Amino acid sequence: MNRRVLLFLPLLGFIGLAVFFYYGLGQDPSYRDSALMTREFPAFEASTLEDPERQVDESLLTGAITLVNVWGEWCPACKQEMPQLLDLADRGIRMVGINYRDTREKGREFLDEFGNPFEVNIFDPEGDLGFDLGVYGAPETFLVDAQGVIRYHHTGYISPEDVRNTLLPEVEKWR
Amino acid sequence: MALTRCITALVSVLLSVSVMAAGIELREFDDPVMEERYKDLTASMRCPLCENQAIDDSDAPISADMRERVYRLLQDGQSDIEITNHMVARFGDYILYNPRLENRTYLLWGIPIALIVGGGLMVVLIVRARRNASATALSAEEQARLNELINRERSS
Amino acid sequence: MFTEMIPEIGHYALVIGLLMAAVQTLAPLAGATMRKPLWMAYGLPMAAGQFLFVAIAYACLTTSYMLDDFSVANVANNSNSLLPWYYKFSAVWGNHEGSVLLWSLMLAGWSFVAALFSRNLPRDMVARVIGVMGAVCVGFLLFILMTSNPFERLLPGIPQDGADLNPLLQDFGLVVHPPMLYMGYVGFSVVFAFAIAALLGGRLDSAWTRWARPWCNVAWAFLTVGIALGSWWAYYELGWGGWWFWDPVENASLLPWLTGTALIHSLAVTEKRGSFKSWTVLLAIATFSLSLMGTFLVRSGVLTSVHAFANDPSRGFFILMLLAITVAISLFIFALRAPRVSHQVGFSWLSRDSLLLINNILLVIMTVTVLLGTLYPLILDSLNLGKISVGPPYFNALFVPLTVIMSIFMGMGPVSRWKRMPGKEIYKRLWLSAVAAVVIGALIPVFYGPEWNVWVALGMIVALWIVIPMLRDIFDKVRHASSFMAGIKKLSYPYWGMVLGHLGVAVTIVGVAVVSNYNLERNVRMSPGTSVELGGYTFTMTELTERRGANFLADTSIINVQRGDGRNFIMRPEKRLYLATGMPMTQVALRPGFFRDLYVAMGEDLGDGSWAMRIQFKPMVRWLWLGGVNGCGRPSGRGR
Repeated sequence: MNRRVLLFLPLLGFIGLAVFFYYGLGQDPSYRDSALMTREFPAFEASTLEDPERQVDESLLTGAITLVNVWGEWCPACKQEMPQLLDLADRGIRMVGINYRDTREKGREFLDEFGNPFEVNIFDPEGDLGFDLGVYGAPETFLVDAQGVIRYHHTGYISPEDVRNTLLPEVEKWR
Repeated sequence: MALTRCITALVSVLLSVSVMAAGIELREFDDPVMEERYKDLTASMRCPLCENQAIDDSDAPISADMRERVYRLLQDGQSDIEITNHMVARFGDYILYNPRLENRTYLLWGIPIALIVGGGLMVVLIVRARRNASATALSAEEQARLNELINRERSS
Repeated sequence: MFTEMIPEIGHYALVIGLLMAAVQTLAPLAGATMRKPLWMAYGLPMAAGQFLFVAIAYACLTTSYMLDDFSVANVANNSNSLLPWYYKFSAVWGNHEGSVLLWSLMLAGWSFVAALFSRNLPRDMVARVIGVMGAVCVGFLLFILMTSNPFERLLPGIPQDGADLNPLLQDFGLVVHPPMLYMGYVGFSVVFAFAIAALLGGRLDSAWTRWARPWCNVAWAFLTVGIALGSWWAYYELGWGGWWFWDPVENASLLPWLTGTALIHSLAVTEKRGSFKSWTVLLAIATFSLSLMGTFLVRSGVLTSVHAFANDPSRGFFILMLLAITVAISLFIFALRAPRVSHQVGFSWLSRDSLLLINNILLVIMTVTVLLGTLYPLILDSLNLGKISVGPPYFNALFVPLTVIMSIFMGMGPVSRWKRMPGKEIYKRLWLSAVAAVVIGALIPVFYGPEWNVWVALGMIVALWIVIPMLRDIFDKVRHASSFMAGIKKLSYPYWGMVLGHLGVAVTIVGVAVVSNYNLERNVRMSPGTSVELGGYTFTMTELTERRGANFLADTSIINVQRGDGRNFIMRPEKRLYLATGMPMTQVALRPGFFRDLYVAMGEDLGDGSWAMRIQFKPMVRWLWLGGVNGCGRPSGRGR
């Protein structure tokens, strides 16, 4: 009898494995949370895209809840998500851009063409700030609360559904 | 002739092959130990953007940035652990091909080690059992038959 | 007129094949249970018919590729009218749908051949084997027809031309690697079918192992060659001279190889000694299940991998169901029918039995380790414990010591005897070999390579320890014969299979140890006139030119390479820009050799007429795959 039970062990092991496989099917293996979640926005010092003379630092992101969007003129998905970002700005959410790995000229042209939802754009031509934020591709969007803590992170294109279903509720949650 | 041509075709395939472009950077190292460390570090970090490649193999821009950062931190005299921590703080544990030993990874290292110990134990137990089996391989009945056979042979 | 119907003919042929596979499953299995010879007799003709119709379907798809029929979605997505004919031929399996069709074709082929060669086995046994194989065929044909139909049309709106095969797949590697690998994966289904048939029929004696052994050996040889080819392909195409990345897809092929290797050895024990019966059956089930699981991992997208197919959750779900049904049913049958009391066959510490027991346990530990490392990220993620990666450092840390331990026992294997042998005899036969292996192995890196390296020495010692006792054993066996050739001829085929298999492992160990430790690599700035020295070769860039290829622009460097003895040759690495896609590709120049490979790649244009270049010297890298190809010799080890 004892041995018969033992013979069922491989079957049980396989069933356990199959449960994990089934779970894995529903998941996107490339999706990951940012490592900076619930941490303070990294310290930085940079000029703005608009005005090379103006220096900003992390204090820019305290005081009010802010959506920080990392974008570049070279990034096609950034162009596509601009209408959604303009919509978010219209709803009174403070938007700050990080112009990532771009030139001033191209960045400005981009804003002229696709609209500018941002209160200010941090100019990050070498991608240093992007690196400290763990950005590995644009667009990426971070929600920073009034204390300057990162509360939510979105990788890639923001669709109108994303605005309604995740971004707006998250903003409400941390306001 | 046909065979020669076939072999030539095969070899020419071997001589030049396309590879996905990967960054080849010129880096100066004052000290070969540091160069070794650079190679080990970049080989054991996973590109966060690519499918499954180490940053030293990948041509993604982020991998180039990460290689550059590793190089700079090495030049600043940081230790391997400090550099690893620096990268994990930004990109998460995901980038480590060699997962750290912590609560959630105890089993990852523990199960194989337990299996090696358990496997050794199993060999000992099985062989000991089988040794006894060989000692009593013949039942009383079989022994009787064997004796009978031997006796018959003797008597003939 | 006729050619326009080809895809539909292929589609119908698949449906007929499915129906025949269904009859192939039901009739013989039912016949074997109810003892109806007529029903059982359906097996062979149905297997033949199924194979014929799946082959027709496969031929139809290939014809569509050859005729550039871009109304077929599969052709339009994966081929192009400019593609050379041999890549059109291999593009059939360079995508998900076509590769599953190839898999099905091979499965049908194996089941037909297995039915054909088993005619003189007991009728109910053959019927069950054919039935089980038919069931697996049904699963895969259903999978194709329901989720992955390669004959789907793009109507109306036929594209002018195809989207082309991924440039990385336009390679000799694609022509040879997948068919070999699939032959291996699918080949284990025969052994699986024999095991299930033995369980169902209650014939768990050593007879089934005798019948299954030749199939196991052939499947193992195919899988070994397939893996070696895959590694070789990755070496020159994907990685920068890397040859094994512990990628999930690579691991998926390694898992059935490991259990298959264990199976070869445990089949021997069961056949010769009648022990390990349940264990052998379990290994046969596990090996084919792991082949199926590999398919699931590659095609479902649950893990991120460099080689994965474009994935689709509905397909993933179907394969998971296929996997679950196959494995659950077979393990259930195993749990019910495996012998309740094991037949205790005695053996002592020093015996071939106990060495093979250790071999099996080590291989299982290796299997579990690879499985664990591959799936651990998935498991943690599904428990919401975060995302981690498990990569080469983990696998190497566990695999290298396990391989060394295994090799120690491997060296003793060939000279050991069944049941028991006196310690004195083992000692007498091995002490000299052990001393020789350690001394020669430790000395080789003194004379070879830039500096003495402990890992190279270890690799050499281990490899010699595997080879020397074996050679001595051959020598001992031959010595007593009247002449050398007579002695060689006296040795059995299985013996030679064992020798070649073990020799292959030793050769691979040498290659791994040397190339991992004595690999030289330099990134340098080069312009015409610059010389660089590496591994005793002088690389001089003589010229930088530009040229226009058929569909690309290229910067070409002409590198004159001079060997120590003054002889020289030219290498031409290129940096290409493909005009259609705008994709830059690096064309590596590779100079293969038995003792070393040279590898030159162009990086970035540094301006001022100089380029960043990578030069690599890879000693003995070919030995890695040579060991695998050696495994080819294995099928000669057919059971006697």
